[in-house]
Amino acid sequence: MKDRLGEFLIEKGLFITAISSVVIILLIIVFIFSEGLPAMESYGFLNFIFGSTWDPSSGQYGILPMIVGSMGITLLALIFSVPLSLLCAIFMAEIAPKTVRKIMKPVIETLAGIPSVVYGFFGLIVLVPLMRTYFGGTGFSMLTASIILTVMILPTIVSVSEDSIRSVPSEYKEASLALGATHWQTIKNVIFPAAVPGVITAIILGMGRAIGETLAVIMVAGNVAQFPSSIMDPVRALTSNIALEMGYATGMHYSALFATAIVLFMLIMILLVIANYFHYKKKINVGGGYL
Amino acid sequence: MHRIVSPKKAQKIMTAVFWGSGILTVLIMLIIIGYILWKGMPVVNLNFIFGEPVDSGASGGIAPMIVSSIYVTLIAGLVAAPIGVGAAVYLSEYTKENIFVKLIRFGSETLASIPSIVFGLFGLAFFVVFLGMGWSLLSGGLILALMALPTIFQVAEVSIGSVPKSYSEGSLALGATKWQTVYKVVLPAAVPGITTGVILGMARAISEAAAIMFAVGSALAMPLSVFDPGRPLPLHLYVLATEGISLQNAYGTAAVLVIIILVITVLTNTLVERYSKKMMGR
Amino acid sequence: MPYRIETRDLNVYFNEVHILNDINMKIPKNAVTSLIGPSGCGKSTFIRTLNRMNDLIEGFKKKGDVLLDGEDIYDPNVDVVELRKKIGMVFQKANPFPKSIFDNVAYGLRIHGIADKDKLEKKVEKSLKAAALWDEVKHKLDKSAMGLSGGQQQRLCIARTIAVSPEVILMDEPCSALDPISTTKIEDLIHKLKKDYTIIIVTHNMQQATRVSKYTSFFLNGEIVESGPTEKLFMEPEDKRTEDYITGRFG
Repeated sequence: MKDRLGEFLIEKGLFITAISSVVIILLIIVFIFSEGLPAMESYGFLNFIFGSTWDPSSGQYGILPMIVGSMGITLLALIFSVPLSLLCAIFMAEIAPKTVRKIMKPVIETLAGIPSVVYGFFGLIVLVPLMRTYFGGTGFSMLTASIILTVMILPTIVSVSEDSIRSVPSEYKEASLALGATHWQTIKNVIFPAAVPGVITAIILGMGRAIGETLAVIMVAGNVAQFPSSIMDPVRALTSNIALEMGYATGMHYSALFATAIVLFMLIMILLVIANYFHYKKKINVGGGYL
Repeated sequence: MHRIVSPKKAQKIMTAVFWGSGILTVLIMLIIIGYILWKGMPVVNLNFIFGEPVDSGASGGIAPMIVSSIYVTLIAGLVAAPIGVGAAVYLSEYTKENIFVKLIRFGSETLASIPSIVFGLFGLAFFVVFLGMGWSLLSGGLILALMALPTIFQVAEVSIGSVPKSYSEGSLALGATKWQTVYKVVLPAAVPGITTGVILGMARAISEAAAIMFAVGSALAMPLSVFDPGRPLPLHLYVLATEGISLQNAYGTAAVLVIIILVITVLTNTLVERYSKKMMGR
Repeated sequence: MPYRIETRDLNVYFNEVHILNDINMKIPKNAVTSLIGPSGCGKSTFIRTLNRMNDLIEGFKKKGDVLLDGEDIYDPNVDVVELRKKIGMVFQKANPFPKSIFDNVAYGLRIHGIADKDKLEKKVEKSLKAAALWDEVKHKLDKSAMGLSGGQQQRLCIARTIAVSPEVILMDEPCSALDPISTTKIEDLIHKLKKDYTIIIVTHNMQQATRVSKYTSFFLNGEIVESGPTEKLFMEPEDKRTEDYITGRFG
């Protein structure tokens, strides 16, 4: 007779590890919400979200400028990053010879691995002076932040969409090539359309990373808590708002920063649900052929 | 259909565009890494690596920061690796695809997507204040463990899931128990993937600053134990750069971080390649 | 004639799908029994029921009894692990572990608690010799099993199975992925093994059934159409459907 008790205990132990991530999420929700909700309640949820003035010293906690700032930086970064990332992903999956792919893979991994502080530092010492020279102003701006984010989200978008392009069945490709289509026509009309759900997931994940990025943005965005009038204006992101003020915040201010985190958390959850929807759709597409 | 550009010509143009984007990506990496190393390497020497910081880091070295980084990264790895791998084993070997499994996967995805600053706030409220761990490397390390967990779990799950079912059937048919099968056949076959996952998780931990800035206390002194406050490298770089303390030492710190990341990337790639070659008898 | 395994009114379902219908079968000791029949007739499901490998598959349900030496193997008190040690299995596709040749054969011994190096080495050598593989691999026991040819891998799996000294060996189309020469080697091996082991082999190759087995059962649509001595079943089948099948009129 084998040790049935041992097997039983191991299984239960593994079960506990399995549910740990869900437990952690719940803990995070409990702690962030219990610290943040008081500020939302006493200041008013709508005032908090749609208020246009953030001035803790006078008790003003409107985060709309930061929401606009985060969105602006993120959208700009996507506009720059998506085309480059997708071209790069197709290049790696379809065009590049094996040896070149062997170079590209660690390059993407390295870009993904560089700490965000190093990106921020590079932006601060190289990009900000460049922007100042060519566009005037301080050089700290929404545009500068979005350029840094462009590079930071590139590895996410590239690797997820490359996987998705690679998982398009080779029969599709062969069928198209056998009909006399060029490789580009095949990519454009067959391979890429089949990979679209995965590509959307990739873009949303990149978007999530951009919204969540903190220190790199702080270091180059200027951090003024006001509505920007152009992309050359300094802006403050939601994440930056927390990082900049948490060190000295107390009372209502402290709670309002946790409330900012609640907003961030909700934004990320919405993106995740959307990404999951497309991921699910992709599975159906691949499995069932047509939908 | 009227065509402005012939298919052949379009093919040529697009091939050039694809190569261009690939080359541009490589160039971006080379410029960033190259610039940091070019500016930072002259600063990096034995005194810098093994020296204590002087005048808030304006001069002197970064030894306490390296030690802090090692502490928090090790804590993250030691805590997250068993949990992440255990969860992956449970999901792929002990349960079947159902709503519970989906919930756990969604939980892990959520954990992976939560912004690091939110982890920072949670860590402050939970580890530092609620559990009373105070500003310490332990608090920081545990936060980083939470952040490393989904990476380790996801990579481990894929790699355990891709171990052929025939291996475990073979083992079970010989009268092995489930755990013997997992421990002696499935896990060894998944080692390259699991190693990669753990290293990636720890790499995420070693690069993180925002999540720990409210938990580690940012002290400059050499930490003697995990209960002491400390200041890991990325946080040190952030402070040096934004408070205008010393550009020179910021360059040096950035260079050290970049070297660490490069070593990790090269190491994982070669390790995995060598291990899988050995296992497959090639 | 002594029987090792007996099934009584065995019915197997996957979810709601009825796979095996009222299987009554007696499997004689120290002889080779072949199970033949077209793809999807349930013969693989049947032998996987004999060592409870189907327990791993979601939605598996069974009614009726499977007896090993008169004892119900699905009795709640039966230790599956002990059972599988007694009833070994060789799979359709050779499935060596990604370990060395030695470790593959020693695997079952180690999990059953043998740690002594001399003992392991002796057992491994004996098993590899019994599986007619020793001469081909004795100089490279520490090399990965994944480097062996398909036929060698399958013989290694047989060696691995007999190393734990089972009493019954189930073979699920063991030659279906092999070339003719490797197939011959495995068949020779089965001949050698039959005096010590009760062997049940699933095959879709009727010549193979006539070559290796003493008894044959013909499965069709989840039922046993006919069972009997191999020679009789192939020369003078009683059922029209058996005749149709062995003369190649369907399947």
